[in-house]
Amino acid sequence: MAEINNEFDLVIESGRSGKNYWNDLWRFRELFLFLAWRDILVRYKQTVIGLSWSLIRPFLTMVVMTIIFGKLAKMPTDGNVPYPILVYAAMLPWQFFSTSFSEASNSLITNSNMLTKIYFPRLIIPASTVIVNFVDFLISFIILIGLMIWYHFVPSWTILYLPLFLVLAFLSAIGAGLYVAALNVKYRDFRYIVPFVVQFGMYISPVGFSSNNIPEKWRLLYSINPMVGVIDGFRWSISGGESQVYLPGMFLSIGLIVILLIFSLWYFRKMEKSFADII
Amino acid sequence: MSVVIKVEHLSKSYSIRHQGQSHYVALRDVIAEKVKGTLHKTKKLVTNKPVLKTPVKEEFWALSDINFEVQQGDRIGIIGRNGAGKSTLLKVLSRITEPTHGRISINGRIASLLEVGTGFHPELTGRENIFLNGAVLGMHRTEIKTKFDEIVNFSGVEKFLDTPVKRYSSGMYVRLAFAVAAHLEPEILIVDEVLAVGDAEFQKKCLGKMQDVSQKGGRTVIFVSHNMAAIESLCQQVILLNAGKQIFKGLTREGISNYLNNSFYSSSLLSLADRADRTGNGKVKFMDFKILDDNNEYVDSLLSGNTYTFELKYKNFSKLAFKNVKACLEIYDDRDNLVLFLRNDFTNDIIDINQDSGSIKCKIENLPLAMGTYYFALYISINDLETLDLIFNVKYTEVVGGNFFGTGSQGLPNQCKILTKTQWI
Repeated sequence: MAEINNEFDLVIESGRSGKNYWNDLWRFRELFLFLAWRDILVRYKQTVIGLSWSLIRPFLTMVVMTIIFGKLAKMPTDGNVPYPILVYAAMLPWQFFSTSFSEASNSLITNSNMLTKIYFPRLIIPASTVIVNFVDFLISFIILIGLMIWYHFVPSWTILYLPLFLVLAFLSAIGAGLYVAALNVKYRDFRYIVPFVVQFGMYISPVGFSSNNIPEKWRLLYSINPMVGVIDGFRWSISGGESQVYLPGMFLSIGLIVILLIFSLWYFRKMEKSFADII
Repeated sequence: MSVVIKVEHLSKSYSIRHQGQSHYVALRDVIAEKVKGTLHKTKKLVTNKPVLKTPVKEEFWALSDINFEVQQGDRIGIIGRNGAGKSTLLKVLSRITEPTHGRISINGRIASLLEVGTGFHPELTGRENIFLNGAVLGMHRTEIKTKFDEIVNFSGVEKFLDTPVKRYSSGMYVRLAFAVAAHLEPEILIVDEVLAVGDAEFQKKCLGKMQDVSQKGGRTVIFVSHNMAAIESLCQQVILLNAGKQIFKGLTREGISNYLNNSFYSSSLLSLADRADRTGNGKVKFMDFKILDDNNEYVDSLLSGNTYTFELKYKNFSKLAFKNVKACLEIYDDRDNLVLFLRNDFTNDIIDINQDSGSIKCKIENLPLAMGTYYFALYISINDLETLDLIFNVKYTEVVGGNFFGTGSQGLPNQCKILTKTQWI
């Protein structure tokens, strides 16, 4: 056995693919970049205002949320953070999460042609979808800067922690995206479940309001939604600590995100072998 | 010479579902089955009687116990009828799907071309797609850059490089796609039936390119095709598959004749009504195919220049009559080249399908085929939208002679199968 393995570069056997998987992932990094590049190029082709869409969408949602939660429902803000900034600081990670999640969940199916004709680590496809949304996400930071200038809001040192929460948002999007992408290949029911989850999720996550509105005794339970941790983190670092972070909830969210990511990777790797056969 | 691919006891099975007709599994069905299963178990516990469970899944062996070795620089053809497992073999070799049993050992960089233009995006320009498709096929960016001009030249679409490929004609699209693929330089190249697209001239160009690649570069090529002429000109050896089993490996000429005899033999063995290797929705099925001469007598061998009537008997399973269907009769020669294509709408003939059964007749005068063996494919559809039935290798028939020209000349059957009268002035 050992002799044969030395003689050949590659051995294909049932259940063997695991060994050079991570190597392969590195070898196919160019494909990964090209796919992300393709999706970015294609995203706003044949649109009149192009890239501006990634600014307009979160901006308008922010305006609506501010009017509904801030003006009509008169929800309190955190400290003296202007309500639009409070909302926009949450809109950023939420929009990133929800679009990556729904696009990643469909990504394998829209690329089924490649899946059945070419070998590459399948992880590349949902991952590149998330990357594309990450670019959009970074672009929509421009609006946040605009808002800060408009309201003369100066961020403090806490903004330095923002990259940490960016990573957290990224991991949660990849974690949830991978899992649903793999499920969607087999059970197309998820095509209908995902939009519902996204719609529902916006209301149970603290997007339009501060999570300080949640009674203290429910805070831990509320943090089971991993996006609560991500959004609270964003608010805290952008508002310069005006938005208090509920630490036990934050740790719970981080823990859950890590567990979700590990579980999704495991499940995706397990299902991956059969994608070409069942898609 | 060293072994670059070694395949040992390779098998691949798929489970096919009989009841669930849907393309994918619905969560609802999975839950329903689980519930049913539990109910059956409890029933069994209570009544202590075994419960008959209807088998829902059946194993289907697309490949079973394939063994072969490929030396460096070999050009191997894989042939076999539709459904013989050729494409599955390529998919397993190129790691798209996992084998169920067995092992494949590979030495060298492998690239597979199961389709031209995989990863092409209609919104992107030709230039962008060259890079994208190159990356999909496993080329590095620097490699694509150095070969870019060559690729563009080969494809002949210089003028449209900055046009989105969705505006391309299908010919341009295929040419560009193949141009990228043709400039792949892996140590092992796996190619599936891609030459079936594009015009004859371009096909020739591609075949030449592939020959070049393997001869000059000492590269290994594995090539699947139904085009026996292409196989013959490109490959030194062939592997013949039938129903997932490897039934022949050896020299090309021997393999091709083996394949042709084999496919004629097995198809003449089964009556048309019992054949399972057909496509279509099953509403109407061909039950029998007969040839009548001008005395209305059934014949098996034909004479060029005579008048014949092909009789296609069908049975209608849908209990609905179909008006104005398209019926089509294809005649292939012994190298799998399509030599005659007969269809009712070419001549504005109208064919309706009865409610239960009937026959379609097609009369041909002055049969323009030279001596040789031929076989037929039958096709019937509703406006090309809905395939009712499509079946290959229908009947094996020989043209044994005849007097097409009225001069006793047979033409040159080895050179050309089609006869036509001309005047030389």
